[in-house]
Amino acid sequence: MFGRLTLEAFKHDPITTGGIIGGLLSILAIIVLLTYFKKWKWLWREWLTSLDPKRIGVMYIIAATLMLLRGAADAAMMRIQQATSVGGSHGIISTDTFQQVFSAHGTIMIFFVAMGFMFGLLNLIVPLQIGSRDVAFPFLNSLSFWLYIAGILLINSSLVVGEFSAAGWLAYPPLSGIDFSPGVGVDYWIWSLQIAGIGSLMSGINFLVTIIKLRAPGMTLMKMPIFIWSVLGSMMLVLFAFPILTATLAMLSLDRLLGMHFFTSGGGGNAMMYINLIWAWGHPEVYILVLPAFGIFSEVVATFSSKRLFGYKSMVGALGGITFLSFIVWVHHFFTMGAGADVNAFFGIMTMIIAIPTGVKIFNWLFTMFRGRIRFTTPMLWFLGFVMTFTIGGATGVLMSVPAIDFQVHNSLFLVAHFHNMIIGGVLFGFFAGLAYWFPKFTGIILNERVGRLAFWFWIIGFLLAFMPLYVLGLMGATRRLDHYDATLGWQSLFIVSAIGGLCIIIGVGLQILQIIVSVFDLQTTWNKPLLRSVGRTILIKLDSLVGKREFDKTGDPWDGRTLEWSTTSPPPFYNFAVIPKVNERDAFWAMKKTADNDQKPQYKDIKLPKNTGAGLFVAGFSLVAGFSIIWHIWWLAAVGFIGGLICLIQRLSDDDTELTITVAEIMINESKEHA
Amino acid sequence: MRQGHKLPVFILLAMTVIIGGVFMLGGNNISVLSPKGFIAFEQRQLIMFAVLLSLFVIAPVFLLTIGITWHYRASNKNAKYSPEWDNNRYLEVAWWGIPLIVILILSVVTWRSSHDLDPMRAISVNKKPLTIQVVALQWKWLFIYPEQGIATINQVRFPVDTPLNFELTADAPMNSFWIPELGGQIYAMSGMSTRLHLLATQIGTFRGVSANLSGMGHASMNFTAQASSLDDFERWVADSQQTRQRLDMNAYAHLATPSLNNPVTSYSLLNDNLYQSVINKFGPHTHKLNSSNDGSM
Amino acid sequence: MIQHKSDDRSTFGFWIYLMTDCVLFASLFATFAVLRNNTYGGPSGNDIFKLPFVLSETIILLTSSFTSSLMILAARRGNSARVLLWLMTTSLLGLTFLGLEISEFSKLISEGYGWQRSGFLSAFFTLVGTHGLHITIGLIWATVLMAQIYQRGIISSTNRRLTAFSMFWHFLDIVWIFIFTMVYLMGVL
Repeated sequence: MFGRLTLEAFKHDPITTGGIIGGLLSILAIIVLLTYFKKWKWLWREWLTSLDPKRIGVMYIIAATLMLLRGAADAAMMRIQQATSVGGSHGIISTDTFQQVFSAHGTIMIFFVAMGFMFGLLNLIVPLQIGSRDVAFPFLNSLSFWLYIAGILLINSSLVVGEFSAAGWLAYPPLSGIDFSPGVGVDYWIWSLQIAGIGSLMSGINFLVTIIKLRAPGMTLMKMPIFIWSVLGSMMLVLFAFPILTATLAMLSLDRLLGMHFFTSGGGGNAMMYINLIWAWGHPEVYILVLPAFGIFSEVVATFSSKRLFGYKSMVGALGGITFLSFIVWVHHFFTMGAGADVNAFFGIMTMIIAIPTGVKIFNWLFTMFRGRIRFTTPMLWFLGFVMTFTIGGATGVLMSVPAIDFQVHNSLFLVAHFHNMIIGGVLFGFFAGLAYWFPKFTGIILNERVGRLAFWFWIIGFLLAFMPLYVLGLMGATRRLDHYDATLGWQSLFIVSAIGGLCIIIGVGLQILQIIVSVFDLQTTWNKPLLRSVGRTILIKLDSLVGKREFDKTGDPWDGRTLEWSTTSPPPFYNFAVIPKVNERDAFWAMKKTADNDQKPQYKDIKLPKNTGAGLFVAGFSLVAGFSIIWHIWWLAAVGFIGGLICLIQRLSDDDTELTITVAEIMINESKEHA
Repeated sequence: MRQGHKLPVFILLAMTVIIGGVFMLGGNNISVLSPKGFIAFEQRQLIMFAVLLSLFVIAPVFLLTIGITWHYRASNKNAKYSPEWDNNRYLEVAWWGIPLIVILILSVVTWRSSHDLDPMRAISVNKKPLTIQVVALQWKWLFIYPEQGIATINQVRFPVDTPLNFELTADAPMNSFWIPELGGQIYAMSGMSTRLHLLATQIGTFRGVSANLSGMGHASMNFTAQASSLDDFERWVADSQQTRQRLDMNAYAHLATPSLNNPVTSYSLLNDNLYQSVINKFGPHTHKLNSSNDGSM
Repeated sequence: MIQHKSDDRSTFGFWIYLMTDCVLFASLFATFAVLRNNTYGGPSGNDIFKLPFVLSETIILLTSSFTSSLMILAARRGNSARVLLWLMTTSLLGLTFLGLEISEFSKLISEGYGWQRSGFLSAFFTLVGTHGLHITIGLIWATVLMAQIYQRGIISSTNRRLTAFSMFWHFLDIVWIFIFTMVYLMGVL
């Protein structure tokens, strides 16, 4: 009846149990709050069933933030374990838990934090920046989002029911095969990624078509903002890389479920093929994440230098080059597999060639600031932090692209330090910059600068403290994924420094959340609400006076922006633009402000927008059921999941009545309200 | 933000202090940078060279960042402001060009070093090499000396200044064989054989590890690599040959079951073909592992 | 005009989707190419493939591709009865193809040559099976379309879906040609 699901699956060690109880309590708290404030209907109508990319974007970012907390908790456990588990002491968690924790950390941070933030920002900004009212396929967009949420729920339910994979974030076989990992852990890994991955693939199609087909009139390719170019490159990579992931995960699953021999040791399987396939996806994945971050930095630097982006054509060329090259470097992840000198040298050289366009981008950003008027807002701080740290990461990357050097640092903490250097310094700092930059656009509220600055400093110092020791530890011969080591090695002091850095980063994350809270809520009046009274009036008032006044964006253009998203109100009306703007120049809005003949009466026309629908949520819900049942071999329930999902999908796709019309009269009423 | 223009200086300062500090904490313990073998030495030289070369890009980036943010801060009313200035052919040629030259130099070095330091390439010294077959097990290392007729667990011994031909396989999840002070690293995978060539230039005991996640016992899957004088080595071989512990297929099957923290053990070898039979366990294979220089299958 | 624009958009989107599906198949083809000699003492392609049988499968699928083109022609003329006829024919041919494929699979399994036997057979069943799965999805799609056209006739939305379906079906045909060549023909030669 329940496959291999028994009560055994609910037994956990104390630390995991603590995590589960904490998680369940917070879910309970949310449910209580929603019920208390009678917000369920509002939630369903305004958010869960919404097809508005601005709403979906916000939901993505909330989910990614929650997952960032989960991933950070995993990171904290690893840092504490490695700082304490020396010689006679065995630290705070068992080997098995430790291995699950690092596998979950990597998986969650890449798939559910970085990808979540990225698609969140894309949803918020891409349509606005190209002067469009929506994405190309609004329902598909909602479905993608809900599949992402289904992936999140699945991977986190492994905490409560059963266990997670202990085979590392990329689950190399034969370790991840059924012989060495007979439990449900690897299956949780496979299915949460499979479900979320299909969502990402559909998002890739959606944004590509949006950019190609939905640009405002006059916005030729070479007049697109550079952020849009970077998204275009990133989405092309999604389209080529994610199907490989889908196929690879499917094959690994077939090995495990049906006894096939793709990647097994015996039976004529070939594990090296998995490693090739997974990195043929995995390497482009890094660029899928980092390209939009590059795009964000380009926007931020130009805006806060009040100057045109330097070398636009070079930037586009560099983006194109990186996009292409990222597909022919995957072998550098396993020079040590013994492919031979010619192959290794080829892939090594291709890898270092990527450093050229990347370097060009950095110089172009620097010269965007040159002869500009630099305003040092928080987005700009993230940018400067990025330039300084990313350069170090780039240099260590070039170092490792030399195969003969890689042999000495591969699988060591040097490698771990390097990719965190790229992902934190490049991707995460980029998304943080984007969040601070566009926050006023989609909320009408400017994020508190004081707290933001503090958060930045904790992040950057924390980052240096956490990861610079790992470079040195790697050179000392410390390999990754060790839950215990000998005291004689002399590693402990460095691991302790690294743990302190981790703590700083967690404080930084806390400050970022505080930053949003103090920016959005008026603490002086909020404390008076009965539910919050208990928190303590004095603390809130003190905090309030510390962080200073709340700031709002009433103009729609708080930063003296250059691109179209700043031409509409903050937050934008649900139809984004009452009249679709016409683009004549690259920095379209900057040019409009210069010529400034806004006296013309706008010519409104009826607007067609998609109706809300819960279909995406239902399809994803059924996928979640199907994924969960396959993991536990509950075949009847898996069939229910598949068929249910299929029926929902067919029903939605057969629906011809999915749009509603907003009449000119409605637009005029709304516009006069917005500008009042 | 008023102090923003000083930010890059602060970051650079923090970086210098922290990087300097962690190297101090590392002390003389940094094995990759204090090699005891020929390959590791060459690899260290390469690391140094690449680091120096990358400074040609890092230094200008840092200097420009510091200088530009300082001078062109919005509060500096003396700075020139040209909001439409967005390209300059010479500048762009310079920063396509400089990285290009750096990478070009590094490419040549990469091509050469990839071949010179290819793990599959035998080290050409006027000395008879020692062949050692390595089997990664759950979770210990089995070293087989086919010519000497002995085998050991978790300890590998060899004479100094002698080329070592390691042949590696696994009867376990994929492992990676690494002796940081001697150099290079190569995967050990079941059903196939990879190669690694090393040479110790100093007498000493070095730490060897499995660098790739191999399951529960991963963290403790270490071994010692001991380079001794030729006399010492031969004495040890003779002792081991006399040992009462014999390694045949039965003993091997027992050994291959998962276990943690196995003590160093020596065996005399009964089955000359042990290594090949461990590979053959995984059936008739037709994967062709790349066979540059000398075929490994 | 607006309707036309969104048609254009979904056709373009569907092309992109087909391209991603191509990448998926390419991964499976690459895997098959790597594993095709890993027979692990089991049968090779030469031992189990019957070319005449596969050729008949191929002809059936090609014919169905042709009838789906006739369906599109009928849709252009707005003749919904004809569209239903050709859609039905296409589906029946697809169903026959699927039946043949299932019979081939079950014969292999009953002879002891299931997917557990070797890396080669795993890759074979997965590659051909994935194509079969696509055909199954196509058949479900065709059934839904028939119901829609029966109820609503040829309107812009059903027309758009017919075009997409026909693209999908042709695509599966092309994939099959590759399977026929790379798996069966090269397996026997």
